[in-house]
Amino acid sequence: MDRVILIVSTICFLAAVVHTVIELRGGVFRPMRFNFFAVGLGFIFQTAFLSIRGHALGRCPLTNLFEVFIFLAWSVALIYMLVGPAYRLSLMGAFTAPLVVLIQGFALIAPIDVRHPVKVSANPWLEFHASISIVAYGAFALACIAGVMYLVQERQLKTHQLHSIFYHLPPLTDLFAAITRLLWLGFALYTLGIVSGFFTGRPLPHVQVVAAIGVWLLYAAILQGRHLRRLAPRRVAALCVIGFSAALTLLWGITFSAQTHPLP
Amino acid sequence: MNLFCVGLSHHTADVEARERFAGRAETDRVLRGAGCAEALVLTTCNRVEVYGASEKRVSTAEIAHCLLRKTDMTDNKPHQYAVPFYRYEDARCVQHLFRVASGLDSMVVGETEILGQAKKAYESARTSAAVGPYLHRLFQRAFRVAKQVRTRTEITRGSVSVGSVAVDLAQKIFGKLSVCKVLVLGAGETSERTARALVSRGACDLRVSNRSTDRAHELARLVGGRAIPFDEWPEQCCEIDILITSTSSEAPLLTPENLAPTLRDRIDRPLFIIDIAVPRDVDPSVNKLEGVYLYDIDSLQSVAEQSLALRRQQIAAAEAIIAEHVADFVDSISRGLNRISRITEHPSASGNSLRSSEL
Repeated sequence: MDRVILIVSTICFLAAVVHTVIELRGGVFRPMRFNFFAVGLGFIFQTAFLSIRGHALGRCPLTNLFEVFIFLAWSVALIYMLVGPAYRLSLMGAFTAPLVVLIQGFALIAPIDVRHPVKVSANPWLEFHASISIVAYGAFALACIAGVMYLVQERQLKTHQLHSIFYHLPPLTDLFAAITRLLWLGFALYTLGIVSGFFTGRPLPHVQVVAAIGVWLLYAAILQGRHLRRLAPRRVAALCVIGFSAALTLLWGITFSAQTHPLP
Repeated sequence: MNLFCVGLSHHTADVEARERFAGRAETDRVLRGAGCAEALVLTTCNRVEVYGASEKRVSTAEIAHCLLRKTDMTDNKPHQYAVPFYRYEDARCVQHLFRVASGLDSMVVGETEILGQAKKAYESARTSAAVGPYLHRLFQRAFRVAKQVRTRTEITRGSVSVGSVAVDLAQKIFGKLSVCKVLVLGAGETSERTARALVSRGACDLRVSNRSTDRAHELARLVGGRAIPFDEWPEQCCEIDILITSTSSEAPLLTPENLAPTLRDRIDRPLFIIDIAVPRDVDPSVNKLEGVYLYDIDSLQSVAEQSLALRRQQIAAAEAIIAEHVADFVDSISRGLNRISRITEHPSASGNSLRSSEL
């Protein structure tokens, strides 16, 4: 039953993607209403899925890779709903929806929704650590999306080839300000997530800790480079894409190793 | 009731002919005297058109006579107007007005100024009681159609003149121009126009530098900026956000070599350079520098053409919206007439004229 809700949610996001593609092909693009509505509806179904799954498990639904991906997709949609309208980045929905479809589509198709053989007892610190870290990933995902938007616009400005989408993108400086804020938001949440990981009362696998700190350092370096004006905005945007790819790989690694070598 | 439009536009007549028939403030009333139940004159720099509603046919020559300037009236007779007036009736008249209001018939496809001019003409005719229920409904619908065309298609997207392209690009880079510092290098006519366009969109910190100090001061005064001695302009490059350059220098003033050191101190701030000089003031390879967006006169022209092409691609979509509204409007007018006919118990009086025409 809960998977049906998730399929409906994925269809909502897919509708936003299809709508964007059709409009862009026709040279007409009105990103505001439909995309926000479709993403909003998809988000409601995502929330319903997580709620049902959480009640069934009696804990935060982050027990396998499938749930982690859905929680990540939910975080991406949540941050978009909070940040998109605030910074008038309505077009971000056109970029957010494909990412969510990709994550949820993969989670639904791949055989990763396997129940953990060992019943891990609910631990508030562990749940806080896992959920806050994934919401941080959501912010990094949005920074990555804003980075892609920045790179698309920058490329068009440099080459003097302006396509229909150009006229709907926010100004470069506004986009860069949004990237910076999203990076700070994600970084603060991620720091909280890492710190709370040390209070779970469980032994932490060294590889995971090193990798997590590696990602933390990467984002710290991006923010420091931005703060000290050592990195040009285009490089910051490109590093957001690279950083999120690294963070996603780490998330996969952590969840995969937790499933194959569960902690006692 | 017969709806019609008689007029001249840039498609059919030159400016000399158009100005002869530009009409007068009281033309609406004169036209009513000529037999039009309702009349409205739309005069812009590209067109002179009369929209009317009448029970009997009012000839094109009669309308031309009403439009003719007083000075031309004494030595001209109606049959001498060998000017290519066009005439549209009923559905074609409705379609024509919808196209005009939507900017499809304009010299620059998709321009929006015409809508304001049409609204003004309507208001003026309404004030002088020259507009009745038919033209009222026709024009209200035309305004609605124009709005729909504008919001549902990309017909108004992008700029189609070099000056406005430059300003649009500046807004796409910086957002608010009120926080931008602008340096105008070379006080030519094109720089002045571009600087004025920037000011009109909010730019307030302008500096002008020119070999002739007097001219620099004059332009600075005109655009509300301040003059900078010509030998000091390179230092300004670390402060400014937009550079408009149009000097008569034979060699490039800005090269990657002399600009790169300046850029190190402003790595997180883009620099938009508008080079409208011929020969160019800025070495094209400057565009390869991080955070620099260089547009010369050709690239601005190219962007303007891209916008125009984008607008032309939207014509079919706009025509489809218009066709839908024309059919609906004609239908609603016919139904309205039928109702009036039933009430007044004169079944075939006026309703049939519209229905049996080329609708």
